[in-house]
Amino acid sequence: MATEAKRPPLLIKGNEAIVKGAVLAGCRTYFGYPITPASEIAEAAAKDFPAIGGTFIQAESETASINMVYGAASTGIRTMTASSGPGISLMQEGISYLACAELPCVVVSIMRGGPGLGNIGPEQGDYNQVVRIGGHGCYKNPVFAPSSGQEMCDLTMHAFEIADKYRTPVFVITDGFTGQMMEPVSFPDPIPLPPEKDWAVRADKETRENLISSIYIEHDELEEMNLKLQRKYAEIEKNEVLAEEFMVDDAEIVVVAYGIVSRVLRSTIRLARAEGIKVGMVRPISLWPFPKKQLEALAAKAQQMIVFELSNGQMVDDVRLSIHDNIPVRFYGRMGGNVPTPEECLDVIKRYAAEGGAK
Amino acid sequence: MSAPNYKPHLSRSEIFYPTFERKSGNKEVTHYCPGCGHGSLHKMIAESIQDLGINDRTIFVSPVGCSVFAYYYFDTGNIQAPHGRAPAVGTGAQRARPHSVVISYQGDGDLAAIGLNEILQAANRGEKMVVFFVNNAIYGMTGGQMAPTTLPGMRTTTTPMGRDTRLAGNPTRMCELISTLDAPIYVARGCLASPKHTMRTRKLVRKALKMQTEGKGFCFVEVLSACPTGWGMQPVDSHQWILDNMVPQFPLEIFVDKTDLDHDDYIPPKAPSPETFHEVIRIADAANQMAPAQPETKYKDPRIKVAGFGGQGVLLLGLGLAQCGMMEGRHVTWLPSYGPEMRGGTAHCHVNIADEEIGSPLISKPTVLVAMNQPSLTKFEGELVEGALVIMNSSMVPNKPKRKDLELLELPATAIAEELGNARAANMVVLGAYAGYTGVLSLETCLESLKTLIKRQALVDLNVKAITKGFEFGKAARG
Ligand SMILES: Cc1ncc(C[n+]2csc(CCOP(=O)(O)OP(=O)(O)O)c2C)c(N)n1
Ligand code: SF4
Repeated sequence: MATEAKRPPLLIKGNEAIVKGAVLAGCRTYFGYPITPASEIAEAAAKDFPAIGGTFIQAESETASINMVYGAASTGIRTMTASSGPGISLMQEGISYLACAELPCVVVSIMRGGPGLGNIGPEQGDYNQVVRIGGHGCYKNPVFAPSSGQEMCDLTMHAFEIADKYRTPVFVITDGFTGQMMEPVSFPDPIPLPPEKDWAVRADKETRENLISSIYIEHDELEEMNLKLQRKYAEIEKNEVLAEEFMVDDAEIVVVAYGIVSRVLRSTIRLARAEGIKVGMVRPISLWPFPKKQLEALAAKAQQMIVFELSNGQMVDDVRLSIHDNIPVRFYGRMGGNVPTPEECLDVIKRYAAEGGAK
Repeated sequence: MSAPNYKPHLSRSEIFYPTFERKSGNKEVTHYCPGCGHGSLHKMIAESIQDLGINDRTIFVSPVGCSVFAYYYFDTGNIQAPHGRAPAVGTGAQRARPHSVVISYQGDGDLAAIGLNEILQAANRGEKMVVFFVNNAIYGMTGGQMAPTTLPGMRTTTTPMGRDTRLAGNPTRMCELISTLDAPIYVARGCLASPKHTMRTRKLVRKALKMQTEGKGFCFVEVLSACPTGWGMQPVDSHQWILDNMVPQFPLEIFVDKTDLDHDDYIPPKAPSPETFHEVIRIADAANQMAPAQPETKYKDPRIKVAGFGGQGVLLLGLGLAQCGMMEGRHVTWLPSYGPEMRGGTAHCHVNIADEEIGSPLISKPTVLVAMNQPSLTKFEGELVEGALVIMNSSMVPNKPKRKDLELLELPATAIAEELGNARAANMVVLGAYAGYTGVLSLETCLESLKTLIKRQALVDLNVKAITKGFEFGKAARG
C-alpha cells in the first residue's frame, strides 16, 4: 500500500498532505465547508484543484458538500470532501445514499473535541460515528487512520483506490493534531487515472441508460441489494486489513492505539522497555476492517491488552470481540482535547502490569 | 420567445422509454394519479429534450417526492438525489462533466422547505442547470401535508383547520425570491390549468432547456400544478382551483430574462502536463540535503518548545528548526498551538529533532525552551526536564527562571534584530544562536533553510544577517 519514498521530503502539514495525496491519486473535484481543525484541507484544495484543471467549490454546508460529492461521483470521476465532528454528523444521510448507490468517494474526518460544539482540540470521539456507521441502514465503509504526515498522503491515495475497487465511500479519519502537525513527506508520482467507469452517468451516449439510485421499492430487491453489499463487505474484510505491529514479539502487554495516540505510545513503549517492561503495540491502520486476526494471534501469547484512546473507549469493543475476551482488555482514555503524555501512559501500563492478566 | 418553429408532439415522445421497465406492476402507464401535473410537465420536458437533440448529454436529477421515479420514464442519464439536495447533486455532476445538460426536477417540499438552502445557493452561483419546480401547494408523496407553498386557510393533514398564517407562515414565492439574485438568467412561472396556459408553459420549459445547450447559466421554471389526490378533488375541478386560488398568490410572469445578454463564462484552467504536475502543486522543489552537524550528546535529539507573543514569529522559528533538522537528514515534527488559543495573542509550538523515528509530537518534558517573552518563561518553566536549556530573549524577559538547575542562554534577540533594522527578525537570531550554542544544526543549514522559510526576497538579506549574528552570539556564549 505505502508508496515508495522517491523524492526528498517536504515539511508539510498533515492536512495539506491529504490534498496532495488526493490530486496525485487523480481526484479532480473537491467540495467542502470550513471547520477547524480541518480547514487547511479546503484551503489547500482551493489552491491545488483549480491549478491542475480540477474544481474546488466551497459548499453552503456539509449537507451540500456530501451531495455535491454524490453528484460528481455519479459521473464516475474521483471526488472528495473533508470536515470534522459537527460537519461529519451533517453528512450522514448523504453517506448512506452513497453507500447504497455504490458510489466511490473519499471523506476525510479530522476529529475534534465533542459532543456538541465541543472544542477544536484533538479527540477520537467520532470512532463510533465513522467506523460503526452514523447514517441509516445496513452499510459499512472502509476507514483508514493515518498517524503521520506521510500516511496522510499515502492513505488518502490508497483510499481512492479502495473506493474505486469496491465502489464504496471510504473514510480517512484522524485527529486534530495529525492534521495540524508538520512532518517530512515524500511525494510519489501521480498514479494513472482509472479508465472511465461503465456504470457511471457520464452525460454521453454509452452511459445514457445508466441510473444512479438507492431506491429499491420491492422488498426482495432491496434485500438482494443489501445482501450484495454484505458480500462486498466480506470481501473487504478479507482483503483490506492494515495494521502495524511494534515490539510485540515478546510482549506480555499489548497496547492497542491508532492515530496520534499510537505516536504517544511509541514513546511510552521505549520508556517501558528501558525499565524492562515487556510491552508492544498493535496500531490498527484500517479501523474497519479491524485487524482481528493480528490481535487474536497476539492474545494467545500476551497476558493482557490495554486500549488507549482519546475517547470514552469506543474501540474497546472491537478489541474484545477480536480476541473473544480470552485475556483481559483494559482501557485508558482522555477526552476534551487532552492528549496523555508518554509518562502518563507508562504509569497506566505499570498499574495494569501489577494487576497482571487475572480477569 | 426564441422558438417560433416549435411544433408540439402529440404522440408520446421518444425521450420516454417505450415501456417503463424500471417500474413494478403495469409497465405501460405512469405511477402518477389521474390529473396529476407531474405527468404533463414530464411530457413537455421530454419533447423539448427531443427537439433539442440533447438526450445523450442530459443528466436528469430526480428529487424525493412523487417525482422520485422520474427515471422510470426519461431515456437520459438519471441520478436520484436525497430529499432537497438535487441542486447540490446537480452541481457536483455538472462541475464534473461540464458538457452535460443538468435538469433538477423538484417539488415544493423538496425545493422550498428542506432544500431551500441548496436551491438558493446553486442559483446564486449561477450553476449551469435548469430547475423545474413543481408547485402543487402540498406534499403529495407523504400523503397531503402542508408545503411551504400551501395557501392561507388551505386544509392539509398537518393544517387540519386550514393554514393559519400566524402560526405556519405565508406561502413561499420561489420565483420572486430567486429573482433577487444576480446570477440566474431566466426565472419564470407557468401553469397547466388550461390549453392556453399549457402552451405558454411549454415555451418556458423549452427556452430554459435551450439555454443549457448553449451553456448559458441557471434557469428556473416554476409550474403551478394539480395534485387532485392531495387536494381531495376531481381532476376537472383542480384546474379551476389553480386559476382561482393559486394564480392570485403566484402570478404567472417572467421575472428574469437575461438570456440575450452576453455571458461572462468561468473558464476552468487547463490540466498541467505530467512533467509539470509536481511543480504546479508545489511539491517539486524539495530543500537541499545538508551534511549533518555533530552535536555533543548532551544536546542531541532535542525536544524544543518555542513560545512567545503572536507576531514574534514563534511558529516560523519552530518551522525553521524543523526544516533545518529535516535538511540534515533527521526525523522531525512540528506541532503548533492552533485555533482560539492563538487569538489571545500568545503562540507556541513543539519541535522534535531526532535520529530515530519520533513517537509523540506533543512535548510534555522539553529539553529546550525558547522564551520570546516573560509569560512564556513563567508558564513553561515548570515542565522542563532537569538541566534543560532555556534560551531567553533577554530584551523582553526581565526575570530569569526561578529554577536553579536550568542552563541559561540570555540572548538579547529583539535588540540584536532591531540593530539590524527590524525587530521581527528576532526569531531568526534565535535560530542562529541555538545552532551556534548547541551545535545541533550547522550555520550553513540555517542559511540554506531561508530559501524555504522566507518567501519575500527583500527580507532574505536581513534574515541572513540575523542568523549569522545569532550564530556568533551562541558560539561565543558557549566558549
Ligand atoms: C430527510 C427526509 N425527510 C423526509 C422525507 C419524507 N418525504 C418524502 S417526500 C416528502 C415531501 C415531498 O413533497 P413535495 O416536494 O412537495 O413533492 P410532491 O410529492 O408533492 O411532488 C417528504 C417529506 C424524506 N424522504 N427524507
Ligand atoms: S399525490 Fe398528487 S403529486 Fe403525487 S402523483 Fe398523486 S396527484 Fe401527483
